Amino acid sequence: MDIATSEITELAIEARGLVKRFDETLAVDGVDISVPKGSIYGILGPNGAGKTTTLRMLLGIIDPDSGTRRVLGHDKPQDIARLIGYLPEERGLYPAMKAYEAIAFMGALRGLPLPQGRERGRQLMEGHGLGHAVDKQIRKLSKGMAQIVQLLGTLVHEPQLVVLDEPFSGLDAINQGKLEVLIRSLADKGTTVIFSTHVISHAERLCENIAIIAGGKVPFAGGVDVARDRIPAQVRLETSASEGPWRHALPEGTRRMGQFWHFPLPESGIEPLLRALIDGNAGILSLSIERAGLHDAFVAIAGEAAAADLEKNTPSEEEA
Amino acid sequence: MSTHTQAGRLSLLQAAFVIARRDFTAILFSRAFIFFLLGPLFPLGVAALAGGIGAQIQSEAFAADVGIAMEAEEVSAFVEARDELAARIGPAIPPVVVLERLGPDESFDAEEVLEAGEGRIAAVVTGTLAEPELTAPPGNLNRWSGTIELIAATAQREERATYPQVTTHSVATSGASENRGRYQTAQGGQILLFLLIMLLASMVLSNLVEEKGNKIIEILAAAVPMNAVFMGKLFAMLGISIFGIMVWGSIGSLLLTLGETSLSDFANPGVGWPMFFLLGAIYFAMGYLLLGSIFLTIGSMAPTVRDVQTMAMPVTMAQVVVFFLANMAVTQMGTWIEYTAIMFPLSSPFVMVARGAMDEALWPHLLAIAWQIVCVVIFVRVGSTLFRRKVMKSGPPTGGRKSLLKRVLKTGTELPLN
Repeated sequence: MDIATSEITELAIEARGLVKRFDETLAVDGVDISVPKGSIYGILGPNGAGKTTTLRMLLGIIDPDSGTRRVLGHDKPQDIARLIGYLPEERGLYPAMKAYEAIAFMGALRGLPLPQGRERGRQLMEGHGLGHAVDKQIRKLSKGMAQIVQLLGTLVHEPQLVVLDEPFSGLDAINQGKLEVLIRSLADKGTTVIFSTHVISHAERLCENIAIIAGGKVPFAGGVDVARDRIPAQVRLETSASEGPWRHALPEGTRRMGQFWHFPLPESGIEPLLRALIDGNAGILSLSIERAGLHDAFVAIAGEAAAADLEKNTPSEEEA
Repeated sequence: MSTHTQAGRLSLLQAAFVIARRDFTAILFSRAFIFFLLGPLFPLGVAALAGGIGAQIQSEAFAADVGIAMEAEEVSAFVEARDELAARIGPAIPPVVVLERLGPDESFDAEEVLEAGEGRIAAVVTGTLAEPELTAPPGNLNRWSGTIELIAATAQREERATYPQVTTHSVATSGASENRGRYQTAQGGQILLFLLIMLLASMVLSNLVEEKGNKIIEILAAAVPMNAVFMGKLFAMLGISIFGIMVWGSIGSLLLTLGETSLSDFANPGVGWPMFFLLGAIYFAMGYLLLGSIFLTIGSMAPTVRDVQTMAMPVTMAQVVVFFLANMAVTQMGTWIEYTAIMFPLSSPFVMVARGAMDEALWPHLLAIAWQIVCVVIFVRVGSTLFRRKVMKSGPPTGGRKSLLKRVLKTGTELPLN
């Protein structure tokens, strides 16, 4: 097996040049995505960026106008529906159904026999602290609980690929934390998880790989570390002296905030700068090199406007 | 049979079964289902009530008396003769009201009494028994002149007539009553079929609209072929209707048994009762599948509940026209009207169920059923294709100013564009 073949077989999803247009709107414009098997993959972008349309195309719910997709080695994703679990952004359950029945029904749609689905539905709910709500009708559950029930319905048939569209929206902080644990545990078992989000912190905490999507295009797709490395690390320097010839050694774009100097790590590295600071008697009190966060990477890659859109819909830390 | 496939997805039939099973049980165990079962009681109750009240109104409002004004002796003889004949002939002999017992040479103005319009006097008999004069509007003159002659003749008889006792022999039916009964059975079958199909097609539409509202459609679309969703919904409602018919049939049989009546007491349909029921069930299934396909397709194309209602209205009205066509065809058997109604898919089941009541031949049913099956396959295929294309068509939120047609053509559902 050559390297190229090996790489292909290791991909859970491979999409090339996906394009989707709705009337006058170009919703998705040439999206390329490669999701390694067993990884947690995030599609990060503001609302209206094309995340849901991309996921729907990957799942075969809608067909792309052009481009190709390969999911778990199949060109037609719906032919392997049994191997996929999907939580849509628009949550939907039958209000009159009992919770465990709803889970079993979602499993039945993916080929899981109903009795087995019922049994697993009960087990999953009890395992996730919802044992008291097993026999309750969906309409009697809180929004968050119903959302968890739907998520469990997505997983009941033990899929190899789980696709979650904005899974954290609508959940409180505790349930968001639980969901993160659940996603990690799925990946630990070898399940590939792909989720869309407009909250950078979720992607940063969970994903090895991301695709940043804005305006229907994907300006970046790859490892989170690679995205962060797109912009240089930030140096935070504290000096006792505020002026001196050593100032000329600081790189262009340095910002001063009180005793602190902030600037990107020079391409030549930190050592020549340190030498210049010491020789110039800057009086170094502290120095730290901080790697760029995903947010900075997002701003650098997708642009300020996309970042502003993202932040508009991002809940504050308290809300989250 | 296990629905769990080792292949990547459920087959079309398996997926349709999963959808149908969910819909069937959900409807069957819903509180609203009891109203569905009680549904036929309402039109029957209303019809019975309306019929009873109508008959009462008719008998009260349109009952007419014949007034009489003759010499006293002749009046007595006329009334006596009238009572004697009424006892034999019944309601064909009108009630008589004595207006005046005249003395010799006295006259009576019949026109004045009738023009005054008081009471229920519809005609006035004056003159003598030998030469009775009937004053009445033209319709009543024709209606009663013979009767008045009969009463007057009877009144003039010196001896009471002796009436021989008729020995009666009862037979189950006659040609005339058979035809009338079959016609009534044909009409009854058509009405029942029409009401059931309209009720169920509306229910399947509401069911889909609810599903779109609950945003479940995307979960279904991601997991199973949309054709399966279409077929599952259609056949679930068919199952519900068969269940309902079984319940109604059982109740009907029970009522007949309690009333010590059997179907043989009614006019025997041309093809016989068992075959008539079988054909009725087949035509019901065909009619429902045809109309249900149209309604489901409408449901998939309409972006909002309001649009669904708006779009369903013309179809409902058109179906009423189709029903009238089918109804007319019953009285025009063997003419181009009947053949047109048989060929037109939506009226064909109604016409043929009526034909089953009216005519003995079975072969036309075989042809009609074959034709209807072809139409059902075409309707279901076209419907499910449109359903698949439209129901999951994402797109920008539709503007309120766009026409319904534009919205329907451009947008299938309310899924947001992201």
